Amino acid sequence: MSVYFTEDHEWIKVDGDTGTVGISPYAAKQLGDVVYVELPEIGREVGKGDEAAVVESVKAASEVYAPVGGEVTEVNQTLEDAPETVNASADGDGWFLKMKIADASELESLMDEAKYKEYCDGL
Amino acid sequence: MSELLKTKLHAKHQALGAKMVPFAGYDMPVQYPMGVMKEHLHTREKAGLFDVSHMGQCFIFADDGTFETAARALETLVPADIQSLKPGQQRYSQFLNDEGGILDDLMISRLGFEGHTHKLYLVVNAGCKADDFMHLATYMPPGITIDVADDTLSLIALQGPKAVDVLSQFNPAVRDLTFMNSIDIPLTPTIWCHVSRSGYTGEDGYEISVKHDDVQTLTDMLLAHEDVEMIGLGARDSLRLEAGLCLYGHDIDTGVSPIEAGLFWSIQKHRRSANAGYKGAARVAADIADKSTKRLVGIQPEGRAPAREHTEIQDLDGNTIGEITSGGFGPTAGGPVAMGYVARKFTKAGTPIQLIVRGKPRAAKVVKMPFAPHKYYRG
Repeated sequence: MSVYFTEDHEWIKVDGDTGTVGISPYAAKQLGDVVYVELPEIGREVGKGDEAAVVESVKAASEVYAPVGGEVTEVNQTLEDAPETVNASADGDGWFLKMKIADASELESLMDEAKYKEYCDGL
Repeated sequence: MSELLKTKLHAKHQALGAKMVPFAGYDMPVQYPMGVMKEHLHTREKAGLFDVSHMGQCFIFADDGTFETAARALETLVPADIQSLKPGQQRYSQFLNDEGGILDDLMISRLGFEGHTHKLYLVVNAGCKADDFMHLATYMPPGITIDVADDTLSLIALQGPKAVDVLSQFNPAVRDLTFMNSIDIPLTPTIWCHVSRSGYTGEDGYEISVKHDDVQTLTDMLLAHEDVEMIGLGARDSLRLEAGLCLYGHDIDTGVSPIEAGLFWSIQKHRRSANAGYKGAARVAADIADKSTKRLVGIQPEGRAPAREHTEIQDLDGNTIGEITSGGFGPTAGGPVAMGYVARKFTKAGTPIQLIVRGKPRAAKVVKMPFAPHKYYRG
């Protein structure tokens, strides 16, 4: 299973043609206490870079973009009642959605973990 | 771009690990490592210390040495009754333009210190202070001095249920002070302060005006208490929103009158007529008489989704009836809270409305404010 990152701080863990999407611990820390998460409907088709979910802290709302295109197959219902899970476990239990990846070649433009760490260090 | 200004506590904020943001021309702490949510709850449960030194402070007094002359002069610019202020007493009011629009909201106190009871002390918003001081300079008659104190005074606020216990350790006189009253006292043998029992969080607490040279020492002394934490602008905003208090530039501006903004309570009875003698009095009187003007109301969204500023408000038939002016998550309320203007027939508490959040209508209702009960100490 490989994990890729976007410049907007989403991650996607890839297992076959299924991708699990979330936001990085760095992004969760920047956002602060997450108080609300809006998840997409199952079956929704999203293109790479489309808004797939919304995450809100006390102060502001931020979009979560699809790292690659595909169809939403599952959403993390836990977040509806416990949005703070995003802060507690951004790269684990705080995942947002699973998708069927339409075109695996879109993953090539994303960063791997080492590159992403370098990217964050430069911010 | 011009350089951001810094308060005398700027280095302290940085040392505490604050996230700094530009606000009204100042580099200010929006939050500390604790985070907005915990800072908010800490203030409601214990005591939060806020650096509000970016706000404008000034004194107004008459050359003839009487309070009455200074009070009469200021009464030409604000709806509040100033002449009846007793030494030490404080009132909330607004600077209005000729059309009755709100130029700024402010706190006005009559000093209580012997030999200074003829002086008025004003605290105005940071973002408006340059215009406010110009407004005063333009309209105060000859014989009135405006002494802007930004070069000499800092301002900090200690807010929350433990504020009284913390501050009374430095001078027990603050314990008996009641809401919207002030005293000038030493908090250490060498640090004299203007202390008022007021604030903008809905909690009991104090606002402390202190010399620039002393503010760092005083801040360190207050922070040494285990119940006191430094709180940033993020939590200041969620605290005041839950308390139902207006934020200038968001909930109030020149486009609304004090009556539309629900500030009728801040205008004493004999100041409500068109000939009360202040800028905008005709509009205030007209808006009191006119039952059709829009009103600022509390709004409770159903569910967990916050409705932010500029969110469209609709009636259940989908007609636009207003807009959210402040909205977010209320940590004490435990859910989303908001305020906004609605057409007059929708102002009754319990009225169902809908909010258009990201293109989708969401159920909400008009509610009475505050969202968190006020804890002011009235003696």
